[in-house]
Amino acid sequence: MSDALVPYDEALAAFDPAMGLEVHIELNTVTKMFCGCPTEFGAEPNTQTCPTCLGLPGSMPVVNGKAVESAIRIGLALNCDIASWCRFARKNYFYPDMPKNFQTSQYDEPIAFDGYTDVLVDTADGSEVFRVEIERAHMEEDTGKSLHVGGSTGRIQGADYSLVDYNRAGIPLIEIVTRPIMGAREKAPAVAKAYVAHLRELILGLGVSDVRMEQGSLRCDVNLSLAPIGTGELGTRTETKNVNSLRSVERAARYEISRQAAILGSGGSILQETRHWQEVSGVTLSGREKSDADDYRYFPEPDLVPVAPSEEWVRSLKDTLPEPPRVRRDRLQKEWGFSDLEMRDTIGADALGLVEETIAAGASPQAARKWWLSELARRANEQDVDIASLPITPAQVARIQALIDEGGINDKLARQVFDGVLAGEGTPDEVVAARGLAIVSDEGALSAAVDAAIAANPDVAGKIREGKVAAAGALIGAVMKDMRGQADAGRVRELILEKLA
Amino acid sequence: MPDIPGASRVEISRDEVAHLADLARIDLSDAELDALAPQLSVILESIASISEVAADDIPPTSHALPLTNVFREDVVVPCLTAEQALSGAPAKEQQRFAVPRILGDEQ
Ligand SMILES: [Zn+2]
Repeated sequence: MSDALVPYDEALAAFDPAMGLEVHIELNTVTKMFCGCPTEFGAEPNTQTCPTCLGLPGSMPVVNGKAVESAIRIGLALNCDIASWCRFARKNYFYPDMPKNFQTSQYDEPIAFDGYTDVLVDTADGSEVFRVEIERAHMEEDTGKSLHVGGSTGRIQGADYSLVDYNRAGIPLIEIVTRPIMGAREKAPAVAKAYVAHLRELILGLGVSDVRMEQGSLRCDVNLSLAPIGTGELGTRTETKNVNSLRSVERAARYEISRQAAILGSGGSILQETRHWQEVSGVTLSGREKSDADDYRYFPEPDLVPVAPSEEWVRSLKDTLPEPPRVRRDRLQKEWGFSDLEMRDTIGADALGLVEETIAAGASPQAARKWWLSELARRANEQDVDIASLPITPAQVARIQALIDEGGINDKLARQVFDGVLAGEGTPDEVVAARGLAIVSDEGALSAAVDAAIAANPDVAGKIREGKVAAAGALIGAVMKDMRGQADAGRVRELILEKLA
Repeated sequence: MPDIPGASRVEISRDEVAHLADLARIDLSDAELDALAPQLSVILESIASISEVAADDIPPTSHALPLTNVFREDVVVPCLTAEQALSGAPAKEQQRFAVPRILGDEQ
């Protein structure tokens, strides 16, 4: 059954959207939150567990100090106050992905609270800064992964039983919760997307997580409600889960605005529930109704002593914060001499850090931008992967440009070098050698090829002799074809003009 | 039920016990609910009597030891093999714990 929708503009004409975003960040510590099990992604099922993260009787948790440090640094980067004393709490619920039958989390004493972050939101006429207030950031642990077997859809409805892998259970998570985002009006979905993109950049800069949405190391739940326009009230909200890409964050928010407006507009009321974003169909589907099943009976975790970061520790962590994303962007744009548009495209392609590293490895800013934004962005798109996960390093991109600058290859050959490196054939130099891609600088071979082209195209040669230099293009093309692209086109031109002078 | 001197009466209703049983996924019969509710009330009263002892100047205490910041280095220690991890599983398949399907969503 598909839900009724109201056109987006109509929804906005009658209602004000309010959003709350809950983002879970999986930290990149090498061990779990409360035990020494490794956290590596993609291991064989149930090979990274111990009595503690399996919730076996008698096991005792111990807090990963590095995770606390990361949590504090995230809090500071979000301009939060850091609790001088806080505890973990048990969130009790029964679900097979949580073997202890409770999740160790924080309840009313989060490690970080009362912050804000300024987000750059794209608008029709440029961009504007939108301040998102942070209510809290707290420490908790991830759950195991369930695979639902049987049934027709593979989703939980109709599943006969579940298979659980606890490798992920106990990996440190930081949950970052915003205050209700009001007043964004029609830009609300764009603000949601920009906020998540901003968080990702911020966290990447801190180096505390891989923040890869497709691998689930950054997950976003979108809470959204509508209120009659101008009332400033908060309506009943829905919580949309399973939002696994930046684009989905925006689409899911937009969809909920249209869906809720249709219900409210026809006199109905919103059911407070969890909904699931459907990437393919672009809709949200009803999940679980929020009810007294959400009675988590939190209480302080007796097996973990309180965390009390000293002022000195917090101050020293503050000193480790990198420059904020906006400051960094402005600095890089100035250093690189990029136009606003070039900068926006680079950020939009998720290539800012990659371009930066490529320049650091010796490429010029424009060359670095060119390869990442044309050649590599296109390939990432075709393969539907993150540009950063392409199997090529910024240093290799810089090396390919260096080969061009040295005259060893040209742009056309460079594309084949990219093919080779991405196909796992080795470094750029290895690919050039193995594929025989070096430009022929042997003057004798070049001269012979030019002579052959002149002999084969007497008409063209005649025109050039008469001074119609523009006709040389046809001969250059013929020579390049003959040399399978491995010639310096500039030198070929010179040779042609010399011979036909 | 014996009166505890000075303790306020704390009662847990039959409905509350039914709710807790539901949350804990324990199936209780009517007879069991009737029997458990007063027993749990006794326990709550005993706890309440401890609260009576604490004066206003004693903050609620969750941890008896005056310790904070007990941290572990972020260093991997050997973990269980999959065979060991699954040795207590009632059922397994594809090197995973096989469990009954649970209605409702993941958290
Ligand atoms: Zn473990």
